[in-house]
Amino acid sequence: MNRISSIRKDWKLIETLIDENRSILDIGCGDGMLMEQLEKNLNATTHGIELDRDLASKAIAKGFNVIHGDAELDLSQYSNNSFDYVILSQTLQAMMKPKEILSELLRIGSKAIVSFPNFGHWKIRFQLLVSGRMPVTESLPYTWYDTPNIHFFTIKDFLKLCSDMNIIVEKSIGLTSRGKQFDISESFAGVNFFTHEAIFLLSYKNFEPIKIKSTKEIFNKNSVIVS
Amino acid sequence: MSDIKIKTDNTLECSVAIINNANFSLESGEKIKNLKIAFKTFGKLNSKKTNAILVCHALTGDQYVTGHNPITGKDGWWSRMVGPNKPIDTNKFFVICSNVIGGCAGSTGPKEINEENKSIYGGDFPSVTIKDMVKAQSILIDGLNITKLFSVVGGSMGAMQALQWSIDFPEKISNIIHIAGALKHSAQNIAFHEVGRQAIMSDPVWKKGRYFNYNERPERGLSVARMIAHITYLSEDAMHRKFGRKLQSRDIISFGFDADFQVESYLRYQGKSFVDRFDANSYLYLTRAMDYFDYDEKFKRKIEFSQNPNNHIKYLIVSFSSDWLFPTQESKIIVNDLNNLSRKVSFLEIETDKGHDSFLLDEPQLDNLINGFLLSNFEEINE
Repeated sequence: MNRISSIRKDWKLIETLIDENRSILDIGCGDGMLMEQLEKNLNATTHGIELDRDLASKAIAKGFNVIHGDAELDLSQYSNNSFDYVILSQTLQAMMKPKEILSELLRIGSKAIVSFPNFGHWKIRFQLLVSGRMPVTESLPYTWYDTPNIHFFTIKDFLKLCSDMNIIVEKSIGLTSRGKQFDISESFAGVNFFTHEAIFLLSYKNFEPIKIKSTKEIFNKNSVIVS
Repeated sequence: MSDIKIKTDNTLECSVAIINNANFSLESGEKIKNLKIAFKTFGKLNSKKTNAILVCHALTGDQYVTGHNPITGKDGWWSRMVGPNKPIDTNKFFVICSNVIGGCAGSTGPKEINEENKSIYGGDFPSVTIKDMVKAQSILIDGLNITKLFSVVGGSMGAMQALQWSIDFPEKISNIIHIAGALKHSAQNIAFHEVGRQAIMSDPVWKKGRYFNYNERPERGLSVARMIAHITYLSEDAMHRKFGRKLQSRDIISFGFDADFQVESYLRYQGKSFVDRFDANSYLYLTRAMDYFDYDEKFKRKIEFSQNPNNHIKYLIVSFSSDWLFPTQESKIIVNDLNNLSRKVSFLEIETDKGHDSFLLDEPQLDNLINGFLLSNFEEINE
């Protein structure tokens, strides 16, 4: 699979994890193609954040609600539980503080969808083992010195972090390098070996948002000022 | 209820809305009996009246947003943005631009005659605020029988007005485009304005704002005020790129106080040409209105606990990387507040070295952004 078709495939799968008529924040939304797909197919309400100025500008010009900004700095402005879903597609490995980002995703969204390339894939392991050099693959196509991907991790690593953070994995989809799709949780022992890319639907344990109904609107936050 | 009459002013080449017995009450508590609003419209209002855009002008702007300006004899101040097939396309949209109250291009202001005592207001004109300007604009919009504006667009002081619209009349607008603005006028901004005002008021010709009685104008004071302000609209890089230390029409320095440098000559020209088109008292009143603008602590509450529904409003907030008068971080405060309330907000910082004035200059990214934002949202509404 080339990079574009792999992203498209990723988006198709993300769509299957989302219910209709929901509010969504797409982190790293580019020029808004995933948002367009989700609005069209699921009647979603979307917001996006994009670091690249030109891409953000294009998305805004298409009519999407997009903030030109940096997810690592700008997520704090969103209230708790602002969105039904927060999507982080193929960028967790490029974040300075992946753990903080993960907890932010689940603070501002009821659910988070995270997808990433699995560093435990056999091709990567094989490359490192045989050549003794940092692997370069279709999903991780950069050399070590100019890669934006600064935190490499495998599915096992990710599941361990989720469990440490009391995050529930509601659904997990794996993709082989040939684009074959399977359920990670129900799969065989060698899943970490064969999964090329992984998509997770996450939520917090026992997280019940407080909803306060006023005459005018529903406040959907963990804290409200009652005057 | 007062009647609104719309007349054509041939000298000013614009329309004037006359509201006699308006008893227009200002934020200060004072009242203006008869109100006059000079305005221009471009394009056609569609049958459903859904394509009206109000453009709010900045401190020294006027209703001549595009087309011919009879005061300067030049093209309007945003001709490159507004017009047929321009980013704000008047083939598609009905664009309204009115002179703010307190201004000097035909709307009620210090230069106009106070009908109550038949003399020019001058320094007796009551203090006006951004809120007052917007309230007057809303009377005009009502008078034009438009229930809901598609968009309110403005840069700098115009951005303040756009923001004020979203606070005071959210039910009357669909979206705002807020360019190079802020929730407040900062201490530094007030300081620069104060220097400008002092320049005007210390001109002996000013005579406590009664200069018109002597058929004079405080030209020196006003031009110095303009020179100071003009520096704040540029960036250091842009100034260096444009002028550097280049000399003006000479090869060697004069060892005197002539305009040796091009930058001096440029500023003197800016100051000089400004006094031909602007009233010194207006400059005092309008800079004051900007100084008084402050939603720093209040904006979020105003939006969250608005009397009228405002969930539907789309906000486009734009800043420029080299604008040090209304820097990006000020725009981001607005964006943060709106996102915190889960509002429909978009934000872009445009990379440019042209400073605060960028919104008036050639910035293709701004053009594409505004054009796309307006068209895509217009389609959404009119589906």
